[in-house]
Amino acid sequence: MGESLVITSGKGGVGKTTATANIGAALAMMNQKVVLVDADIGLRNLDVVMGLENRIVYDLVDVVEGFCKLKQALIKDKRVEGLHLLPAAQTREKTAVTPEQMKNLVGQLKEEFDYVIVDCPAGIEQGFRNAVAGADRAIVITTPDVSSVRDADRVIGLLESSGFERPLLIVNRIKPKMVDRGDMMDIGDILDVLAIDLVGVVPEDEAILVSTNRGEPAVFNGSSRAGQAFRNIARRLRGEEVPFMNLAEVQGLWGRLRKFVGLE
Amino acid sequence: MSPFRRSKSGDVARERLRVVLMQDRISLAPQLMERMKEDLVDVISRYVDVDRGKIEVEWRRADGEPALVANIPVRSVRRSVASDDRASNRAL
Ligand SMILES: Nc1ncnc2c1ncn2[C@@H]1O[C@H](COP(=O)(O)OP(=O)(O)OP(=O)(O)O)[C@@H](O)[C@H]1O
Ligand SMILES: [Mg+2]
Repeated sequence: MGESLVITSGKGGVGKTTATANIGAALAMMNQKVVLVDADIGLRNLDVVMGLENRIVYDLVDVVEGFCKLKQALIKDKRVEGLHLLPAAQTREKTAVTPEQMKNLVGQLKEEFDYVIVDCPAGIEQGFRNAVAGADRAIVITTPDVSSVRDADRVIGLLESSGFERPLLIVNRIKPKMVDRGDMMDIGDILDVLAIDLVGVVPEDEAILVSTNRGEPAVFNGSSRAGQAFRNIARRLRGEEVPFMNLAEVQGLWGRLRKFVGLE
Repeated sequence: MSPFRRSKSGDVARERLRVVLMQDRISLAPQLMERMKEDLVDVISRYVDVDRGKIEVEWRRADGEPALVANIPVRSVRRSVASDDRASNRAL
């Protein structure tokens, strides 16, 4: 029996789809059987980020409505063994699927795969409720700005009230130089207010855009720093202790972590 | 404002975030405000006679800091309070 994860944020455009593609690909590179589920019905993107858009025949809604078998809708990624995508429907609405149906679907996938990773749409309405319905663990992603962290706080509240005990946090698009000169909140600032566990810090990296242009996740690119950060996240999700890449990026973190532990 | 006295934008962001989250969290939990009001009245009623129905508690900003401001109309003060500073213990 595998594990299901949902990647969510509240605010749009902060890197959910990028993180889903890269963490999934990284886990597959670690010999795990992975399926990525695009729950952003009506605004599907994960297929394009993965470079699999030309191979879609059936989608998630077709499966739920019984037009095809689950197996028929899964696209096998030929670049890395074990990686699969279940695409979203592009011409339907979020309401085409219910949380109950999603839970069912994710449950079936967990029997087959080690990791089921669900890419959540922006917002906190039905699309969000669908995406989190079948998830065992939730990862909240934010960028280091006031509105994104504020929305993350709201989503963490919703997750906690729907039974997720300890959501994990990814801070994306950190610019170490801006942090150094005091023009960006640092990781410690964000952890202080959100008070959840950090699973990764991903730097701003042009390689993300290049990789999205090409439809090749950045984790396939050995020299991308964001790719490295996503590989580290995959290892941490597997339970490995991986030091955070650049200590300057997480300055003050250790002291604060100790403080959190002391408070508990 | 002198450019030399401006604080770093990262610090400004952190401070604004802290305040906005306090307000978000409290406004998402109206029951919390109600419970706090009840508790406040209970404590204050040990000393003075207050009008439960007219109490108001709200968020204000004092010098940029969020502050809880309570307006609690007092009906009368008990005579015993003036002569007995253990009133609170007795009320418990
Ligand atoms: N670490 C990064 N460095 C540079 N660009 C990034 C990084 N992470 C994400 N981006 C860019 O930000 C944009 C939004 O990313 P993405 O589509 O993953 O966000 P999303 O949260 O899934 O958005 P939506 O809410 O619309 O689904 C994309 O153009 C992506 O290439
Ligand atoms: Mg997306």
